Amino acid sequence: MIDPQRQRSLMAKFAIGIPYGWLVAFFLLPFLIVLKISLSQSAIAQPPYTPVFELAAGWHGLRDFFAGLSLENYAFLGTDPLYVLSYMKSLEIAAFSTLLLLVIGYPIAYAITRTPRRIQAFLVLTVVLPFWTSFLIRIYAWMNILQHDGPLNRLLLALGLVREPPVWLATDTAVYIGLVYSYLPFMVLPLYATLEKLDESLLEAAADLGCPRWKTFWLVTLPLSAPGVLAGALLCFIPIVGEFVIPDLLGGSRTSMIGQTVWTEFFANKDWPTAAAVAVVLVCLLVTPIVVFQYQSIRGAERGS
Amino acid sequence: MRKASSFNLAALGLGLAFLYLPIVILVIYSFNASRLVAVWGGWSLHWYDELAGDAPLLESAFISLRIALVSAAAATVLGTLAAVALVRLGRFRGRLPFAAMIYAPLVMPEVITGLSMLLLFVAVSIDRGFWTVVIAHTTMAMCFVAVIVQSRLVDFDVSLEEAAMDLGASPLQTFLAVTLPLILPAIAASFMLAFALSLDDLVIASFTTGPGATTLPIRIYSQVRLGVSPEMNAVCSIMVAVVGVAVIVASLLTRLSAARGTPARV
Repeated sequence: MIDPQRQRSLMAKFAIGIPYGWLVAFFLLPFLIVLKISLSQSAIAQPPYTPVFELAAGWHGLRDFFAGLSLENYAFLGTDPLYVLSYMKSLEIAAFSTLLLLVIGYPIAYAITRTPRRIQAFLVLTVVLPFWTSFLIRIYAWMNILQHDGPLNRLLLALGLVREPPVWLATDTAVYIGLVYSYLPFMVLPLYATLEKLDESLLEAAADLGCPRWKTFWLVTLPLSAPGVLAGALLCFIPIVGEFVIPDLLGGSRTSMIGQTVWTEFFANKDWPTAAAVAVVLVCLLVTPIVVFQYQSIRGAERGS
Repeated sequence: MRKASSFNLAALGLGLAFLYLPIVILVIYSFNASRLVAVWGGWSLHWYDELAGDAPLLESAFISLRIALVSAAAATVLGTLAAVALVRLGRFRGRLPFAAMIYAPLVMPEVITGLSMLLLFVAVSIDRGFWTVVIAHTTMAMCFVAVIVQSRLVDFDVSLEEAAMDLGASPLQTFLAVTLPLILPAIAASFMLAFALSLDDLVIASFTTGPGATTLPIRIYSQVRLGVSPEMNAVCSIMVAVVGVAVIVASLLTRLSAARGTPARV
């Protein structure tokens, strides 16, 4: 029979080592490679960049390798307004749609906590369910609704609200509709999680002391739900900045978001080093919100235990 | 006192209508007999019939299903191990970077995850195809699995494990006979979710796929870019149905999991 102490430490090594190794190989290492390629030059070769790291060349190879790296791609990003505008556009769209999501998501999350406890779980499931049908299908559903002779325009015409069918597709409005629609569960869920834990007696105390309901909401409920607001905002803002499918299918071709720029540089222009540099700058822009998000999630998981 | 005011009811009603109407409209239009998307030509199964004869589409669906099965299985094993490591093994060395690597992929823009995966496969010269998509999906999904199983393990009554150990079970026996059965519903639920994530993914698969491994979302995307068509309505309706069933089963399993092994019932 194996000594239990030894068995335990073997199991611990197993449980830590395998997922750890996997994440280092397929999450951390790819990032280092992106960083490296962003410092390389584009080349007509396979792979389409230089320098290529050669282990066989030994020490000299390593020296030549480092000598071949340069910040040229980053300088290029700064000089070409296409990239700067693309970043600005992404941040603007992400910030505004996160605000829209908060304004729309908060009343929904709040309303769920006001219903009897039995049906709360059901309502949460109902809000989350569309999240599991693919982005693609949900965006496609909106292409269907927003097209020129689609259901929305026919409804507007039938109601006499418009004389000419308005153009929806290929506009920023369509992108905002798609973003709010796709990310709503990400906003409602964390908001519900904090609002649901809210101590009812605080609201009763405020009411007993003669505080009007809107003021109680402003002075008690809203400040106490701040962690949920932050979590929801981060969970939406970060992925929206890099969003590809929604602006590609619903948006216009005038200005593209940064996710589209990476996609085009990579698939259409085959300029891998530039695509990598665009991606690295995007991660740098997102590093603060990502760190705040991680700090929140790790602390949240810790508090649970 | 919990009371739903008319404002709250309106918020709920409008919110749910906003979430479900587009999908309902899509499904209704998939039964439209007319080829013109805007004209209603009566109910018909014509477009579903058409799909049955579309060989490339069926092949893509089959590839997507296989990728989803394999990657969900791998992600479930890896994610469960990671959750056990995070919850049960205390403060081992390198725990913080480990936790960071679990949470980062949850919010990382897909374009970046896809691009970085692809550049890795090119750097080590692996031919892209079925297995590279499986690896990429496994990596993304294992983090979701880890978070779900972790939340289950946190609620877990540790005294059950201690009792088994006191009665002479080895750590491995305790894990297999006590811990695993109790968290099994959560593991099954996260398997379903990993499956759904893989089946839905377009961006990461586009970067990591190769010849002969065109997944269903990639094929749908290339058609959808050209505009709305009745065949696509039908494909999307079928996918909505499949994912809907998977998620409902997953949530029932989670409910079951929450009911088992909680301190209240011991």
